[in-house]
Amino acid sequence: MVAKLQFDFVVDKENSTLTVTREFAGPRQLVWDCHTQSALLDRWFAPKPLSTKTKHMEFKEGGYWHYAMVTPDGQAYWSRVDYLAIRPIDSYATLDGFTDETGVVNPDMPRSRWDVTFSDLREHTLVTTVVHYNSPEDVQKVIDMGMKEGMTSTLERLDELLLTLRG
Amino acid sequence: MDNYRVALDAIFHALSDPTRRAVVQRLGAGPATVSDLSKPFDMALPSFMKHMRVLEESGLVSSSKSGRVRTCTLEQDKLAAAERWFEEQRALWSNRYENLDKLLEQLQGDVNGS
Repeated sequence: MVAKLQFDFVVDKENSTLTVTREFAGPRQLVWDCHTQSALLDRWFAPKPLSTKTKHMEFKEGGYWHYAMVTPDGQAYWSRVDYLAIRPIDSYATLDGFTDETGVVNPDMPRSRWDVTFSDLREHTLVTTVVHYNSPEDVQKVIDMGMKEGMTSTLERLDELLLTLRG
Repeated sequence: MDNYRVALDAIFHALSDPTRRAVVQRLGAGPATVSDLSKPFDMALPSFMKHMRVLEESGLVSSSKSGRVRTCTLEQDKLAAAERWFEEQRALWSNRYENLDKLLEQLQGDVNGS
C-alpha cells in the first residue's frame, strides 16, 4: 500500500467555496489523463457503491462531459461538466450542473465553478480543486435539495460516513 | 470557522456512540418519548438519560416535557443539515479519490508489468 497521502478539505462558508487538495502516487501526466479521459473517469469518479457512466465527452474548451452516477439498483443521477478553460497538464476550469438524461441543465439548481490545478510533488502529483458557488444562498439551495431527497437515507448512511471519516 | 468546528465536534461526539446513533436513527422516523426510545436498550434509565443529554447538547435532538412525559424530536435545522452536507461532501471526495488511488496503481502496474 502507498504511504499516507496528503488530503485537505476546507470549507469557506463566507466565500461559498470548498477546497479539496489531494496528493496522488503517480506522475502528473497520468493523473491528468485520469481526470480528462472518460474511459478513465468512468473507473473512479463516482464514490462507491455508485458507478460512473459516460454519455458524452468532448474534452476541449466549449466541450462537455455528460455522465451519470448510477446506484447499485440502477438509479442514475445525471450531471454535466462544461469545460471553460484548459491548460494541459496544469489546470482546467469547468461549470458543473445537474441535468436530466438528455443533458439539459436543470435551471432551478445552482451551478458551481470548479478550478482544478495539477502540480508536481516530488515524484507524486498534487491536485487542488476549488468548488465555487455563486452565493451562500446557492449553497443552501443545494443542501435543501439534499434534505428533500430524504433525511432517512442520510441517516442510514451515517454509520458508513463515520467510518469513512475515521479512516 | 471556529463556531463551525465546535458545532461539528459536538455532532461527531454525539454520533460516535452506537446507542446515540440508534436513537438518532429512530427519531428520523418522527418524535418519540424518552421511555419509548429507551426500550430497545438494556440500560438503566439514568445511563440512557446521559446519552440523551449528549444528543441535546449537540443540538441534534430537542425535547419538551408535558406532565411526566418527555418527548424528543430530531432537530433537522439548517445548521445541522449544512454540517452534514459538508461532511458528506468530504466523505464523497475521500471515497472518490481512494478509487483513483487504486486506478493509478493498476495503470502503473500495467506499465511496470509489461
